[in-house]
Amino acid sequence: MNTRIAAIASNTFREAVRDRVLYNLIAFALLIVGAALLVGQVSIGIERIVLVNLGLTAISLFGMVIAIFIGIGLVSKEIEKRTLYTVLSRPVRRWEFILGKFFGLAGTLAVNTFFMAVGFFAALLYLAHTFQWSDTSLLVALYFIMLEFVILTALALFFSSFSSPLLSAVFAFALFVIGSFAEDLRGFAAIAHGPVRAVATLAAFIVPNFSSLNVIASVAHGDAVAPALVFYNTVYAVLYSAAALAGAVLIFDRRNLK
Amino acid sequence: MTSKRTTVVAAALLLASMLGAAVVLQRVDRLRSGASVKEALYITSPAALRRMSLGYTGLLADIYWTRAVQYFGRKHFGGAMQYQLLYPLLDITTELDPHLLAAYEFGSVFLAQPPPNGAGMPDQAVQLVEKGIRENPDYWRLYYQLGFIHFVEQKDYVAAAKAFEDGSRVPGAHPFMKLLAARMAQRGGDLETAQFLWSKTYEETKDPMIRDSAAAHLRALKVDDDIIHLQDIVGKYRDKTGHWPESFADLAASGYLTGIPVDPLGNPYKLMPDGRIEVRDPSRLPFIDHGLPPGYQAPAHVKLESNQEQRRP
Amino acid sequence: MVTPAIEISNLQKTYSIGFWRKNPRVALRPLSLQVLEGEIFGYLGPNGAGKTTTLKLLMGLVFPSAGSARILGMDVSDPRVKAQIGFLPEQPYFYDYLTARELLEYYAQLSGVPGGDRSRSVQAVLDRVGLPDVAGVQLRKFSKGMLQRVGIAQAIVHNPRVVFLDEPMSGLDPMGRREVRDLIESLKQEGKTVFFSTHILSDAEALCDRVAILNQGELRGIGAVAELTSSVHGKVELIWAGTGIPAGLKSIGAECRVSGETGRAIVGEEAVDAAIDAIRAAHFRLISMTPVRATLEDYFVQHLGTNTEVTR
Repeated sequence: MNTRIAAIASNTFREAVRDRVLYNLIAFALLIVGAALLVGQVSIGIERIVLVNLGLTAISLFGMVIAIFIGIGLVSKEIEKRTLYTVLSRPVRRWEFILGKFFGLAGTLAVNTFFMAVGFFAALLYLAHTFQWSDTSLLVALYFIMLEFVILTALALFFSSFSSPLLSAVFAFALFVIGSFAEDLRGFAAIAHGPVRAVATLAAFIVPNFSSLNVIASVAHGDAVAPALVFYNTVYAVLYSAAALAGAVLIFDRRNLK
Repeated sequence: MTSKRTTVVAAALLLASMLGAAVVLQRVDRLRSGASVKEALYITSPAALRRMSLGYTGLLADIYWTRAVQYFGRKHFGGAMQYQLLYPLLDITTELDPHLLAAYEFGSVFLAQPPPNGAGMPDQAVQLVEKGIRENPDYWRLYYQLGFIHFVEQKDYVAAAKAFEDGSRVPGAHPFMKLLAARMAQRGGDLETAQFLWSKTYEETKDPMIRDSAAAHLRALKVDDDIIHLQDIVGKYRDKTGHWPESFADLAASGYLTGIPVDPLGNPYKLMPDGRIEVRDPSRLPFIDHGLPPGYQAPAHVKLESNQEQRRP
Repeated sequence: MVTPAIEISNLQKTYSIGFWRKNPRVALRPLSLQVLEGEIFGYLGPNGAGKTTTLKLLMGLVFPSAGSARILGMDVSDPRVKAQIGFLPEQPYFYDYLTARELLEYYAQLSGVPGGDRSRSVQAVLDRVGLPDVAGVQLRKFSKGMLQRVGIAQAIVHNPRVVFLDEPMSGLDPMGRREVRDLIESLKQEGKTVFFSTHILSDAEALCDRVAILNQGELRGIGAVAELTSSVHGKVELIWAGTGIPAGLKSIGAECRVSGETGRAIVGEEAVDAAIDAIRAAHFRLISMTPVRATLEDYFVQHLGTNTEVTR
């Protein structure tokens, strides 16, 4: 069982690596980091803040694009192109297929994030000429960004298991936007009344909570991140992704393939 | 067919994970409640924020207004005495959407009222309402709000009179604006003026908390008025008899009173041996200036009575 | 009692299409058949008959509305079955960013071929399908015929007992088709069972021990080729010397051709007398009269009607 999942995961990774679109996106992200350095020089005294804000936001957004772009095709493209037939006629269970795809893309994003992070820290070093102890909070911010990718990948896979690539992209992107305001949605639910309150509360807990994973603004100002938050966010990402993947398995298991 | 075991495991996992995620989210919320508002204000320039919002200023303004209300509510419930972030939040909200009237109206009330009911920053409140008037010159209620703050919190009767006067000239303004302007000008420090103002507030406002506050203020004014009157009678008795009255019965016997005087809550006033009048239960009568026992410390958290009778329209 | 390699019992598939699921389309009516081990079994029928649907049901890609199927005694939903079977889908498409070797090694791994044996099996199977030199070439550079061969390769790389091929000859030139026919024969020599669907009847006639014929989702005939063709009314071939076609022949539905000074016509058995009369009436000399062996096409035409699409 595990070797099959690993085989599918590494094949997915291989596919992503050979997809040239990926390199363009990474290059573009690194370009943004470079631009951040230039922009920072224009406004006095806040170069570091601008670099961190712009750099981490770029890594986050581009990773999001990659996660959705590739994630949505993970299942639907295989069905469309019928590459799935020859895989599923082998002793591969459908849930192993889903998990393998998930780990493959998550691994791809981890590697991507690593390279972008290297570029980012290189820019930071160029700017500050040295690393400070407080820069560890930047690592935490990057870790949270990685957790965002994991959740988004699981979601993209979920939509991909039953929906066309275009619709999957739309849903995943919409959830990303709403999820970024999840804390405000919960605040709104707290002051609403009646049926609106029930609906808003339900929505607020179903939507992926990206807002608490985004600590870019506070680490830009040099604030540390509470260790408890690191723990809870990790647990949340694991649970939410597990839910999305379970949903994907439930749907995909029943699907009659065209 | 699909494996039953897979279905059961996946369904169980889905349910358990979503519930677990919801639980974790609540923990995260508790950790983040202070942080998120602070983060919201990292972009301190409202103009910059407006530009960054890509035209969705209305939505963003609503979000910031929600955050301001949440911030105030959370702090008020916790008995806070300081609301530092309130003005920046309201400033950003009104920058993003200058026509969000609720932000001016309620926001200025939260800002102006003394702690713990508000931030105790009447100057900022005035600033906010004046911005509101600039952006919405046809909305007469903002002038009312302005005059109110000048009168109640700053005791600046001249400025209050001007605000009411300006507001009375807005087409569609309530006629009482003219009356208020006149009263402010003539007898700003008058008890009747204050009563008039608070009665109007009580009648016009839709917010339950403000209505309860107005009722409490009206009761306080009545108490102050009663006590001044009673004190006067006691003084006259002493002048006549040379000693303080023993009880209200004495005063009644001498023809100064017709019965035992009671406060607006229905409790009789207390006549102290040294001739002072006191209220029986000061904790239920906030905002009173007279009738407090010496050395009385008001509780940190003012509890407003919500009178069911008064709630009925 | 020998367990059949494939056993289909009352297998049915109805699709409900349309957004409100109101228009059911019957893809497969209750189908029952058996295939014994070591057979080459042909699954014939025009396009849209339900052949691919049957294969997808057998592979577990699609779920039956009713009925069941067993391969090597195990229900098709049992994962253990999959290790013993190979599948070539119709017009296959493979991960084009992989090389042929990478694809086959990936598939071999998924099918449980042990790590040590993998590269040997892959090379062997590439040789067998006639692609010995392109192991390191990316699949996106392969022609259709080459892809078809890769498809067959991935179906047998793990040495399965039963091989399912959906239109294995499609996209191949006559040389390629001959090679595939030889390959299928050699699979049978190894004791494997081959179940393949096609609408090319001549291939089926040449290769298959038994065939089943499907039309519009329904089984219309099953048995050895000889059995089926023997049930068809025979035809007779008449050859005469003469230039032109005798007048009466066309009216009795004969197929005629003239080349040089010889004419040739094929008529149904029952019309022979009328045909000979027509030739005599035209004062042509009859050279020969020979019975023609019925083909599956004749079977098709007779049982399925002429408006179905089949290829000789």
